[in-house]
Amino acid sequence: MNSPLESVILFQLGPIPITKAVVTTWFIMAVLVFLAFLLTRKLSLAPTRRQAALELFVATLDTQIRDTTGAHPGLYRGFIGTLFLFILIANWISLVPGVDPPTANLETDAALAVLVFLSIVWFGVRAIGVGGYLKTFATPNVVMIPLNMLASVTRVFSMFVRLFGNVMSGVFVVGIVTSLAGLLIPIPLMALDLLTGLVQAYIFAALAMVFITATVGDGKPEQQNAQITSTKKDV
Amino acid sequence: MDYLPLASIFCAAFAVAFGAIGPALAEGRAVAAAMDAIARQPEAADTISRTLFVGLAMIETTAIYCLVIALLLLFANPLLA
Repeated sequence: MNSPLESVILFQLGPIPITKAVVTTWFIMAVLVFLAFLLTRKLSLAPTRRQAALELFVATLDTQIRDTTGAHPGLYRGFIGTLFLFILIANWISLVPGVDPPTANLETDAALAVLVFLSIVWFGVRAIGVGGYLKTFATPNVVMIPLNMLASVTRVFSMFVRLFGNVMSGVFVVGIVTSLAGLLIPIPLMALDLLTGLVQAYIFAALAMVFITATVGDGKPEQQNAQITSTKKDV
Repeated sequence: MDYLPLASIFCAAFAVAFGAIGPALAEGRAVAAAMDAIARQPEAADTISRTLFVGLAMIETTAIYCLVIALLLLFANPLLA
């Protein structure tokens, strides 16, 4: 059995080896961009059936962002929504015969985690400035600076290992059961994988959102913080 | 006799077996508490289950770490290279 920590190289593009996961990722990206273009082409005030479905999805996303963190969803909708959709499709693409989910490879998950890490810095600096962002490391007091710096890396690292471990173990177990028992036996396990894939995509997006708003919230002065919590209660 | 592969396999099994105990107990407690909360306050079920999912994922991470250690021992063991 192949090691789950290694990736299959399909071909070389100059000096860069292109793995199977990368090709799958390109395919998913193309599908997502194509669908996004197709679905938002003719938006009108009186929605068609297609647009109504799209609006339902976006509204659900907005409600989730607002409920989880109390933040205004407009800023984060694009990033969090893309993250969720990409991971969801990447997890579920194992339904296509012969295709492994790219999230079962270390490098795809690492790339996603780096993206989340950078977005925490980006949204933090954007909302509260460079000084405000640096000040979040000194909360609740200066003694915590080394721990906070460590935590900013380890929480992203744990997101990456969690996604990798869950998806990879699903693929691995299905592989083992297929090699032991035969063709139709792993179907219930694959159904369980669908659920795991959905939950992991949701958790990845939710945790990214929580980390971003935690950084933004930490840097704000006390009064504003209290205001935010009070408006959260009102909503 | 070369005992390193043997020890690696043994330790991989141990890592997963004992690493699964803690998270299993913890997840059981978390789900039980969430069920209790939903039974007391059914209208808060949405919020509770959402928080529960995120919490379960956090708890589960410890088990996943053990799994990754086991896989490192089995497939990418630096001692056997």
